Order: sequence, then structure tokens, then C-alpha cells
Amino acid sequence: MTQLGLQRTPARRIQVPRPTRPRGDGRVALFFIAPVLLGFAIFYLYPTIRGFWWSFTDYSLLADPEFVGIDNYVAVLGDSEFWNSMWVTLCYVVLNVGSQTLIALLLAALMHRLTRSVVLRTTLLLPWLVPNVTVGLVWLWLLDTNLGFVNRTLDTMGLDKIGFFTNPMLAIPTISFINTWAFVGYTALLFYAGMLQIPQDTYEAAAIDGAGELRTFFRITLPLLKPILALVLVVSLIGSFQIFDTVAVTTKGGPVNASRVIYYYIYQQAFTYFHMGYAATMAILLVLILGVLTFIQLRLLRASESQLA
Amino acid sequence: MRRNTALRIAGIATAGIVLAATAGCSTQGGDGGAVTLDYWLWDDAQLPAYQQCADDFTKANPDITIKISQYGWGEYWTNLATQIAAGSAPDVWVDQPSYYPQFVADKQIEDLQPYIDEDPSAVDFDAYVPGIADVYKIDDARYGLPKDWDTIGLVINKQDAADAGIDDATLQDLTWNPDDGGTFEQVIAKLTVDKSGKHGDEAGFDKNDVAVYGFLPEWADGSQGQNLWGNLAYSNGFTYSDVNPFGTSFHYDSPKLAETIDWIASLADKGYAPSFDTQSTLSRLEVLQSGTGAMTSMGSFNQLMFKDTASDYVFAPLPTGPEGRKSAINGLSDAMYAGGKHKDHAWEWIKYLASSDCQSVVGATGVIFPANADASQASVDARAKLGLDASVFLSYAQEPDGTFLIPITYHGAEMSQIVQDAIQSVALGTSDSQSALSDANAKVNALFE
Repeated sequence: MTQLGLQRTPARRIQVPRPTRPRGDGRVALFFIAPVLLGFAIFYLYPTIRGFWWSFTDYSLLADPEFVGIDNYVAVLGDSEFWNSMWVTLCYVVLNVGSQTLIALLLAALMHRLTRSVVLRTTLLLPWLVPNVTVGLVWLWLLDTNLGFVNRTLDTMGLDKIGFFTNPMLAIPTISFINTWAFVGYTALLFYAGMLQIPQDTYEAAAIDGAGELRTFFRITLPLLKPILALVLVVSLIGSFQIFDTVAVTTKGGPVNASRVIYYYIYQQAFTYFHMGYAATMAILLVLILGVLTFIQLRLLRASESQLA
Repeated sequence: MRRNTALRIAGIATAGIVLAATAGCSTQGGDGGAVTLDYWLWDDAQLPAYQQCADDFTKANPDITIKISQYGWGEYWTNLATQIAAGSAPDVWVDQPSYYPQFVADKQIEDLQPYIDEDPSAVDFDAYVPGIADVYKIDDARYGLPKDWDTIGLVINKQDAADAGIDDATLQDLTWNPDDGGTFEQVIAKLTVDKSGKHGDEAGFDKNDVAVYGFLPEWADGSQGQNLWGNLAYSNGFTYSDVNPFGTSFHYDSPKLAETIDWIASLADKGYAPSFDTQSTLSRLEVLQSGTGAMTSMGSFNQLMFKDTASDYVFAPLPTGPEGRKSAINGLSDAMYAGGKHKDHAWEWIKYLASSDCQSVVGATGVIFPANADASQASVDARAKLGLDASVFLSYAQEPDGTFLIPITYHGAEMSQIVQDAIQSVALGTSDSQSALSDANAKVNALFE
């Protein structure tokens, strides 16, 4: 009993100064956070709450919103265009995130194991520095069927022209490829930074044990990179779901509805058809879907556990 | 204490910068006696002409300044809707027949009839091209004063026509029907040339290896087909709806339309036009100017694009169909924002824009055909000086029922997507025209239930 009591006292003593310190820090911290918090409240929280309210209304943007209960939700779930655009978006995400992650991993591993040239790293980042709309326009012109460089080259080689943006089967793969091209350097750099964190001695040990490059990659690099991999996957998945600009610049959702991704459909409903309430409903559903996906992904990858610890 | 003060100063300074930026980025109109009116338009080619009108107007009315903003067609309507939602819409904007009914339904544009009643001499309706003022009339209300009008014609590469041995008289009097395409299809076939130099009507023509397409169709043409299919279908006896404006029962399932769409799609099958999935993403006029197309249809508002290459192109009227020669006619207007703060001043400006004074200034540039008939003639003359023959666009008006009004409806934007998707699916070959258009028609009619 006394022993226990004695043990407790020092513990208490350590805790004594705490109440004063954190309080002071908290106030200062709040002060520093305030501008961001204010921005968050005005530009994120308030619009989200408003959007949530609009999802229960019939709102044309021009006249006042009118409460309609869950009518919008019922209509969205029965809207074949909504499900089509979810499917199109999913195809895009799988193609884009898949190719981007694989190529970026390969590039990062090459940079890590072969060369550490700064020039090379900077060059890889270049497409990422170009604004998305410019990227879209450049590829639109390069891939144009009549006047584009790529099709002209195919034509002079005696091959058939390819309607990259105008063939419904190719529109989404083309857009995925464009964005992979634009973002792969950035993703590779994130992976590369993650690889630099892996202690060099693990590689030395592997080399002494006679492991080849492939084995080292799968047994050491990949497992130790898992937290970064998980983070990058979650961020690119969410980013990829938000594909809008490239579609808006190149195909505008066409041909017919082959590349009408969910963000473009939401935009059309809100600003072309003036169905703000309906658009808000789809946005809320998208938030729910993305939340669930992120949760599952983090769970599957157990992202918080690093094998380095 | 000291640190807190420093922090506070830093905080205040940050807030100050943010506020200054906010104030600097927003625009403020003048107050007091002088009024600044915001005026929006989308065509950058027309901006200088209307700036001239604004300057002349301010000279006559020194207390009213006009601030013109120009946004591209792509952003124009979205920007306008968001500005209206934010309560800061322009006082006057250029309006278009497919968009204005939505603004009327949401009570965002002012009925101008009361202003006209109070000021009967303000507008001379007899001076306008007939029918063009009524586009913006709903019952006794008037939601805009006429600004300009346009029709559709054909533009043909002169050298290609000469190489194919087609004379000008043939081009100026083409015929068309949905069965064999008439002389229109014959000319298109002759204008098409494959890589080995064989024309589309010659034996041994390779439709899979075409160098110059005879015709460039427009497949992204909404629910109106203003640029081609609407005109051909109309000349084939098709009508869009029970009544126009403001029809509520539509006829997109008509076989007259289906056979028209089938004919246009057949051009690609024969190699006379690029197939839908290999067409350029650039505009048809750009493809035409690049030399890979020999002929296309175009609106009168685009003719000035050819001012530097006028001698290389021929302009011709649309072909005569089974029911005659028909062109869609469209007209823009100036609308007044119902929530504006200076409506009386805005009325003065709209009145001036609709007057022959302003319209002749615009007409003299040749950029568009003003609603005022005399100013229209001035525009035709201005184009003639540049070597551009604009008479084809006026030719329809000389025939009885030579023009038809493009459909003016509620739900215009949704209809546009539904019908365009159906027509594109025919062009892609993923569905047959009759069933695709019948489905689309059911969806369109459901919007009005």
C-alpha cells in the first residue's frame, strides 16, 4: 500500500507543472491557428454545411432554395447518368492511380538505386509544374485526329488514325494517361523521399546476404515504404476522383457520356442545368463514398504501422 | 506582454493585408450623381464596336459610364448565373434565345414593356428585320430589345471546287433530299479527294485513305442543329415542337429528322466526311482553313474569320430541300437585370443599344448583322469591301418561309444535352437513329410534364 502510494507521488509531482504550461501553449497555439481556422470555417465548413442544406432543396441558383426533403437523394440513386458517371470515374481512377503508382515506384527505385542526379529529379517534376489546363490543351492538340502531331506520325507510318478523344473506348484511357504523365514525376519524388528514409544499413545487410536488386526491392524497399505508399495512394485516389479540368478542356464529357466523370456531371447539373440542389446531393454522396474508400484503404494498408519502428 | 503585442501587430497586419486584397480584388461602381453600369457580352470580336457605342453614349449622357466585361461563351452563362446568385449581376447583358427563358422563369430579367409604354417613341420596331423583335416577347411582356440576327450558309474552298470541276452556279443552287442527297451530295463527293488524287465520285476512290474531306459536319449541335442538321431536317418537313416559342410537346421522334441524321452519318461511311471518332477536336472552320476539309456550314457571325483569305473561299446558301430552302434564324437581345440598382439608367442604355445610332456603328464594322435593317445593309456593304459576299445570308429572307426561328424553350440546357447525346450515338453507330431519337424525345417531353 505504502509502496504504491510512494510510487504515485513522484508521478503526481511530474504532472504538477503541466496544467500551467499547456494552458499557455494552447492560447498561443489558438492564436496561431486562428487565421487558418477562420479560413477553414469560411471556405470549407460553411460551404459544406450550406451544400448539405441545399441537398435537401430544389435550388436553381437564381431563385431561393425550396425544401423538398429526401427527393433529391431518391432521384440521384435512380439516375442512370449518375451511376454511369460513377462508373466512368472509377475506370479513370483505377487506370490513373494504377499506372501512376507503378511507374512512379519504378522511377523512384531507379533514382534511389542508380542515380541521384538533381537535374534528373527536376526534369521529372516539370510536367507537374505546368498548369492542368495547359497540359490538357497541349495534349488535345498533339492527339488531334486531323492536325495533331501523333496522328500525323501514325499516318505517315501508314497506320490508321486514332481518335484519342473522340472514340468512346479511348477517351477515358487517354485522359488517365495525360494525368499520369503530368503527375508521375511528383509521385515518384514522394516515393523517392520515402526511400531516402530507409536506413542504408538494411541495404548493406541485404547485399552481404546476397540479395539481388529485385529481391531487395520487394523485401526491403516496398515493406519499409508502406506508410508513404499508403499516404500517396490515399491522396492520389482522392485527387483522382476529383478529375475535372482535363475533361473540361478536352472532351467535355463526350463522346456522348463516355468521359462524363462525376465532377463534370455535378458541374453540369449545378451550372448548366441550374439544379444546384441535385448537384449538392451528388456531392454529399461523393463525400460519403470517398470517406468509406479512404477508411478501407487505410485499414487494408495499416498505414499507421511502419516496420521501421 | 511584449511578445503578445508583437503577435497582435503581426495578426493585425495579416488581417489588414487580407482585407486590402479583398477590397482591391472587388470592383466598385461610382456613387453620387454619376452612375456606372455593368454590361456583359461574350464575343471578343464585337467588343470594339460596342465600346464605341458606350463611348458615344457617355458623351451624350455624361452622368452614365458603361463598364463592358467580355467573357468567352464557355464561361459566360456560368459566370452570369453565379453573379445573379451572389446578387451582383451586370445591369445589362447580351442575351440569347435558348438561355433567356430560364431567367424569365426565375424572375431575373425585367419586362421592358412598361418602359416602352411610358416612352412610346423610344423604340422604332418597324426599323428591325421582320420577326426578330418578337423572339423575346412572351404574351404581353418583352424581355429584351433586338440586337442582331444571323442565318446559316455554306463556305467552300475555291481551289478545291475548281479542281473538282464544280462551277459557281452549281454551288449557289444546290439541292438536297435524304434519299440520294441531291446535287449537294454529288458536290460533296467530287470535293472529296483521296491520297492518290482520286475524287469521291471516281472509280477506285479509297474511302479509307482520304486527304481532303468533302464536308465537315457539326455533331455537337445541341437540340437545335442550328449549324446543319436543323436546317436540313426543317427543309425536309421536320418541325421541332407543337408551337414555337415555348413548345411543350416535341417531335424529335419524327422520321423526317431520323432520315436527315442518317444521311449526314452516311457521309462518313462513304468517306466524304471524317467519321465521328476520327473528327478533329478543333472547330470545323479551323479544319477547313487547314485544308483537310473542302466545305462546311457556318453562321453569318463567323464570316469575318475569312477576311484575310477572302479570295480563297466561296460562300453559298444552304441546299434546297424537299420543302424548300430553309435556314435557322437566331437573334440576340440586350436584357435588363431585374435586381439592378439603376434600372432607369439601364433602360437608357438598352434603348441606345437598340437604336439605329448604335446599330449603325456596329453594322459599319461588318462583324454581325444588326437587328436594324439599314444597319444590316451597312454590315453587308462593309463585308463586301473586304471581299466577303454576305448576300447568301440575306437570301433566305427573300423567299416565303425561308427562315425559321430556332426553338425557344424552358429546360434549354438539358434538352440540348439529351438530343445531342442521341445524335452523337447515331454518328458513333452505337444506336439507330429512329430508336435513339424516340428515346431522346420521351426524355425531352418528360421535362415538361
